[in-house]
Amino acid sequence: MTVVGYLVNAISLGALYALIAVSVGLVFAVLRQINLAQGEVMAFGAYSLWLMRSLPIWLAIVLCFAICIAGSLVLQVAVFRPLRGASALATLIVTFGVSYGLEALWLVVFGPNGKPVSMLIRLNNTVIGGAIALRWITIVDIGAAALLLGGLYALLFRSSLGLRMRAVAEDFSTARIVGVRIERVVTVAFVLCGASAAVVAVLETVQTPLVTTTLGLSLIVVALVGVVLGGLDHLGRATAGGFIVGFVNSLLGSILPEQQLVFVTSLTFLFVVIVLVVRPAGLLAPRGVGVERV
Amino acid sequence: MGAEPAAMTPPGAPLGAPGAASSRALLEVEDLEVTYGRSRAVEGISLSVGEGEVVGIVGPNGAGKSSTLRAIMGAVRRSGGQVTLRGKALAPGRPENIARLGVAMVPEGRHLFASMTVKENLELGRLARRRDRRPRFDDGEVAELFPVAEEFRDQRAGLLSGGQQQQVAIARALLADPDLLLLDEPSLGLSPTAVAAVFSALAHIHELGVSILLVEQRAEMTLEFCSRSYVLVGGRIRFEADRSTPIQTVIDSYFGADPSARSELRR
Repeated sequence: MTVVGYLVNAISLGALYALIAVSVGLVFAVLRQINLAQGEVMAFGAYSLWLMRSLPIWLAIVLCFAICIAGSLVLQVAVFRPLRGASALATLIVTFGVSYGLEALWLVVFGPNGKPVSMLIRLNNTVIGGAIALRWITIVDIGAAALLLGGLYALLFRSSLGLRMRAVAEDFSTARIVGVRIERVVTVAFVLCGASAAVVAVLETVQTPLVTTTLGLSLIVVALVGVVLGGLDHLGRATAGGFIVGFVNSLLGSILPEQQLVFVTSLTFLFVVIVLVVRPAGLLAPRGVGVERV
Repeated sequence: MGAEPAAMTPPGAPLGAPGAASSRALLEVEDLEVTYGRSRAVEGISLSVGEGEVVGIVGPNGAGKSSTLRAIMGAVRRSGGQVTLRGKALAPGRPENIARLGVAMVPEGRHLFASMTVKENLELGRLARRRDRRPRFDDGEVAELFPVAEEFRDQRAGLLSGGQQQQVAIARALLADPDLLLLDEPSLGLSPTAVAAVFSALAHIHELGVSILLVEQRAEMTLEFCSRSYVLVGGRIRFEADRSTPIQTVIDSYFGADPSARSELRR
């Protein structure tokens, strides 16, 4: 593989992490809560694909979306709503706990061995062979992320619903005073999180056709780091932060010699630590912005 | 303070003569209490605003003026009391529903959505409009009343001056087509010219038939502007004043004999 190949792969993984990061950023924007449980919605979606392995693929994917959206809404009602008004840190801790709990549940229900999902396996074939080694799934990753993020942008900045969402994100109590129905906005945010979780679940399962209990937490922790890196309180920067961390992660994985691949995560985190020491408000925050906001 | 009989008036019905206290109550507040933790901000106050009336609430800092207004809007939980609009009880805790019943609020400090354009702010104002009636005024009239809103429509709201922001904030509230406009310290932090502009706009709004409940620290100006004013001190209404009440009586009721504080309030 050449440098171009590495870069394309890095963009593809970055796109996937951007999709996870945007979900975290969206919930934070609307409710000032940190949605670590998003990872387990993705895991739930991936396991559902295994459960539905005998169904036609299109049906399994459609149902996966429904399942992820339902799961996301259940979490909204059961976890996030009772935590309204609690500090962001409290929500981080609680949703971290919920994630561990769900991970244990997957272990009990599905067992310690990974579940094989051989879905759309042909997407792993190469489009362009040789030096670049471009696979179909890489193109699908990038395309799906671009489509979803573009759609979200259009929703936020070109629709009345988006205007209301931005109003809630900017000033929760004033939004209510002018008449924004807050519960609808929150519901929409969690539906979007569920949909994004389904996309990630499908794409991740195609690339790594073995669903394990740690799928959710391993993805969400890295994405959360990206969100913090970009700037938690700005959706665009949070998403870009997710992209950067995924990109760096993938690039390190390609560059490092095989016996040193175990250090990929540590090196990614080292990169993040350095960034946060130099720019505590986030890599992408405008200059002169303090840290108190986060 | 006489409790006025609650009258059921259909929306859009003719309103009382501007400036004159109407006998029909639009808003009635009874024994309102607001507590934050252990501290009691509002200790059982009752007040009313008639159809087409302009009513003031004056009082020193921390008297509970803002809490009263926010409790009427449903933006803070009340720990006791009743709020009714045309005899219909307003459930607390859901300001978005109260907004849709025809109550609009201009919060203290304006609270425009700073990152959004003026146009987007105004669009949000239209959300609470009732669908079952024609708005009392159209966009053109609002633009005429607040030229700033038209002139800077594509500008980010946060970049406007305080006075301009206040105008946009009032325009935003008006676009909801409210029957009752709640204003929380609209003169705060504004230059004398900007204050004059705001109050002349409010006078116009009143002429268009909107009832106003105005919270202000500037007692003399408020007494002059409103047909009646409640003097709120320490979370309780001390007495009801009007244009004929000597300002000295009002100031004495909450400051005793502190001349420095008086001069602050007599602008």
